[in-house]
This record gives sequence, C-alpha cells and structure tokens, in this order.
Amino acid sequence: MPLTNVTGVARSEGDPRVQRKGPSSLTGPDRLARALGWFSVGLGLAELAAPGRLARALGLDDKEGLIRAYGARELASAVPTLSIDKPIGLAARIGGDALDLATLAPALHRDNPKRHNAAIAAALVAGITLLDIAAFKGVKAAHRRDGGAARDYSDRSGLPRGAAASRGLARKDFDIPPDYRAEGTVADAIPALPS
Amino acid sequence: MKALVWHGKEDIRYDTVSDPAIEHPRDAIIKVTSCAICGSDLHLFHNLVPAMLPGDIMGHETMGEVVEVGSDAKGSLKKGDRVVIPFTIQCGECDQCRRGNFSVCERTNRKKALGDKAFGHATAGLFGYTHLTGGYPGGQAEYLRVPFADTTHIKVPGGIDDEKLLFLSDIQPGDTVAVWGCGPVGQMTIRSAILLGAEQVIAIDHLPERLSMAAAAGAITIDFMQESVVDRLNALTDGKGPHKCIDAVGTESHVDFGQPDTVLDRAKQMLMAENDRPHVLREMIYVCRPGGVISIIGVYLGLVDKIPMGQAMNKGLTFRMAQAHVPRWTGDLLRRIEDGQIDPSFVITHKVDLSKGPEMYATFRDKADGCVKVMLQP
Ligand SMILES: [Zn+2]
Ligand SMILES: [Zn+2]
Repeated sequence: MPLTNVTGVARSEGDPRVQRKGPSSLTGPDRLARALGWFSVGLGLAELAAPGRLARALGLDDKEGLIRAYGARELASAVPTLSIDKPIGLAARIGGDALDLATLAPALHRDNPKRHNAAIAAALVAGITLLDIAAFKGVKAAHRRDGGAARDYSDRSGLPRGAAASRGLARKDFDIPPDYRAEGTVADAIPALPS
Repeated sequence: MKALVWHGKEDIRYDTVSDPAIEHPRDAIIKVTSCAICGSDLHLFHNLVPAMLPGDIMGHETMGEVVEVGSDAKGSLKKGDRVVIPFTIQCGECDQCRRGNFSVCERTNRKKALGDKAFGHATAGLFGYTHLTGGYPGGQAEYLRVPFADTTHIKVPGGIDDEKLLFLSDIQPGDTVAVWGCGPVGQMTIRSAILLGAEQVIAIDHLPERLSMAAAAGAITIDFMQESVVDRLNALTDGKGPHKCIDAVGTESHVDFGQPDTVLDRAKQMLMAENDRPHVLREMIYVCRPGGVISIIGVYLGLVDKIPMGQAMNKGLTFRMAQAHVPRWTGDLLRRIEDGQIDPSFVITHKVDLSKGPEMYATFRDKADGCVKVMLQP
C-alpha cells in the first residue's frame, strides 16, 4: 500500500488524497546519491558488526580493527550523502573508496588463499567508485547556481514613485499599533539629556 | 485536480489528487489563480520541519476565485469573489484574534493536542505546513478548501494583477535599519522600511543579483562574503551599531567556513542535535546597539544552540518575533498598492505553470537562474 494511503489516517475526510503520482523534484543523480548513502549505512553497519568475518573472508586476518574503523567511516560519510549537502558526502565516499582499494590491494597477492574473494570485493569497490563519481558529478551539475550572479535587478525598485520620493511616504498615515511600537524600549524610555 | 505534493526530503511531486470538498458550514472552496513558493517552503523541502507526512499538499501563498461557499460563510463571501488567502487560518472570535494576534489563533489548529505538546500552547492552523499547525492542505493546487473562510480571506478588487496582490498573503511591515537576508521577505522589509522613512536601510546578503534588487529601493548593501558585517554596520552608525535589526533569513543561514559557526550548526543539524542554524541571530545580538530591537520574521523551527543571552541581557535588547499576523496589515497594504506607493510584483523573477512546480523548487533552492520569487499558475 502506498505510503500516502497510510498517512491518510491523519487527514480529515474532505482533504484531497493522492490518486496518481506525477513527476518529482528529485533528479536521477539525487536518487543515485540517496541509494549510495543507504548502501554506506548497510556496509558500515556490517563492518562494525562483523569485522572479523569480513577480514577472514578477504584473507586480511590482521586488519579487523581497520575494518571496524572503516565501518565508522562509512556511517560518517552516509550522513552528509543522505542530507541535502550530497556533494560533501559523495566526495568523502570517493576518498573512502580509494582507501578501500588500497587496503584490498595486498590481498590480491598470489599467496593469499582468499584472493578470489578479495578480487570480487575489489571489483565491487571499483564499480561503486564509478557510481560515486557519477553521482558526485551529476549532483553538482544538477544543482549549479547557473547564471544567477550575472542578473542585475537594479531596475526592480518596487516603488512606482521612485526610491527617493518614496522615502517616508507611509510615515504620515501609517498607524503603528500600540503593541508594535518600537519606542518605549530601554534606549528611548528617557529622552537624551542635552550634552 | 493537480497539486504539488510533499513526499519526503527534496521530493515534491506534481500529483493528481482528489478534489477538496466543503466539510464545515464556515468553509469555502476557491479556484486558485496564482500561488507562490515561499522561503519557508524550502524548510519543508529540506525536511527540517517535524511532522510533515507524505501526501501533504504544499503552499501557503494563494489567491483565487471563490467557487463554493458553506452556509455559515455566505454572509461575507459569495461565488465569484476574488480573494487572497492569508497563510494563517483565523476564527476571528477567540481572545488572540480579537487582539489581532491572528497567527496564534486559539481555535483553528485542528491538531491542537499535537500543537500544545510541541509549542507549549498550539498556534493557529496554517495552510500547507506541518501537522503541528493542523496539517491543512495548501494552495499549490488547482483548488483549495479554506476553513473559517468567512474570516480567513482578503477580498481584493478586480483590475489589479495577481502579481501585485499575491504577497498580501505573507508580508509584514518593518521599521528598521539593518536587514539580514535579501530574499522576498527581506526585499519587502526593505521597501517597508523605506516607506516608513527609516534613516538608512542596510541590506545584507551575498548574492549579487539580490543585493542589486535591494539597492534598487535605496538600501545600502553589504556582501557578507566580501566584508565584515559587524565592521561595516558599525562604520555606518558612528560605531554604535544599528538600532533595529531584522532577521529575514531564519533557520537556514548560508553555510561557509568564513562563518565557522554555520559549519558547526550544519553538522549538528545533520546529526539531529540541533534544529536551526542561528548565525544571523548571534550576529544581530552582537552588533545591535544597546537598548536596540531585534526583530525576527525569518522562520525558526526548534532548538538552537549558543545564543549569547549574556550579551542580549546586558545590552538590554528587546526581542520581537512572530509569524506575521497577516490580516492586521493587509488593508493598509492593499490601499498602498492601489495608490501606487508600492508594487510587490517587482520580486517575481519566475512565473511558470503549476506543473513546473517540482523543478522550480530546486531552482529556487539552488538560487539558480537569478531566482528570487516563483509564481505558479494552475
Ligand atoms: Zn511563507
Ligand atoms: Zn481565533
């Protein structure tokens, strides 16, 4: 059942309900980044919960502590990746991918009996790295502040009589309600004494 | 009908939804002719406001034509009336409404128990906002049900464009000197201050196009990425600081290593250890003239850290803040629009079809394409 039907219980009878979903503000890169963020959460939890099993499976028996630390790193990069500041999280993930590959490299050596597992893991990390880079570039491109600074709004005064002629125009007939008066504050309570 | 619907963080969709219906004799249904995206909609877009639910319809700046009127609202509304709908729903009868404090109306929040828990005492029902304020469907849609419609509307004459009238739904006059933030609210604040005859109006932002819009109305501008706000404000006031400071930024202040507190706040926000980034508030308290007034119209959401209460107390500052009590000002503003003293349409940089809503949320958030204010038309 769609989520919007579940949340319908919080609505009154006359409130409009979603019948058919339309196009979303989320772009492809936004969705990819979100998926990578959740992937980070999953991997991070696995690395934190079972670093020993992962180390043995990859033939990196002495690296249990390091893998646990990488778990924390994954979670730390997941937080910004899932936030609206995705580029920060994705950049952190790309750095983390490089660390992962560097850690896996020695396990690919001929005398590691688990080198096939390590090779699969390295290939996975390489694939994820490409996705991270694609998401980073995509998100950056989708949310550029294109051409904004070049705009000049000097002709938009909003004051039909001109800025100078409008100064104080409302002064004479605007009645500031008593509870909005800014006089009577500490600074103005006592008129300044002549110096 | 079509509507812009909240589905989650950064996920606004142009959905097909069922049509609203009269539920209560004081209701009315309006056919929306224009609506706008507000800066506070971006807080919802970023999922910083608690108690939003997937399926909520966005929008609290709306105007249109009355198409259906409940039996108890017939005295003050009829089919065909052209109305601007304020973002606050007001009963017009409770203690607060009678004092003009419409944004804290005691009767219109239909989820009062939830609001009481969250705020100590519930505030008014709001359109297109969180369930803490009633979870009323908003006006970024083809039709809108207006509860308490006999008191929740501003009748406007024909012959004036929607562009000039739409923002009656969401502005408040200010009478100040220094204005932080040159978004739509900041721009209106600057014009109000000029019209009310402020000696000097100083506008603070970092986007050149928004600063150019502020300067167009006669404001002195400060680009906080280029120079020290505190130094410049002091220089402009003989070292004494502005007497009045207005925060038109609110919870999502610009994050930059040049203002290290914003980076720390952003990190805490991501870890859900803090709701808001109150950089502007800290800066205002610091630079404000002793005995001065701090005024907050930019939206804050929840818990803030490291507010220098010591400075505020010892300097004897006065704090003013509220969601705008819209109908208190609309009569006066409408008259000034008709009289040609102000034309709020200057702020609209993008006018598009409602179906473009989802992408316009991203454009507005990214401040791309010189976007200051988006007007949507179903
Ligand atoms: Zn608003
Ligand atoms: Zn009331």
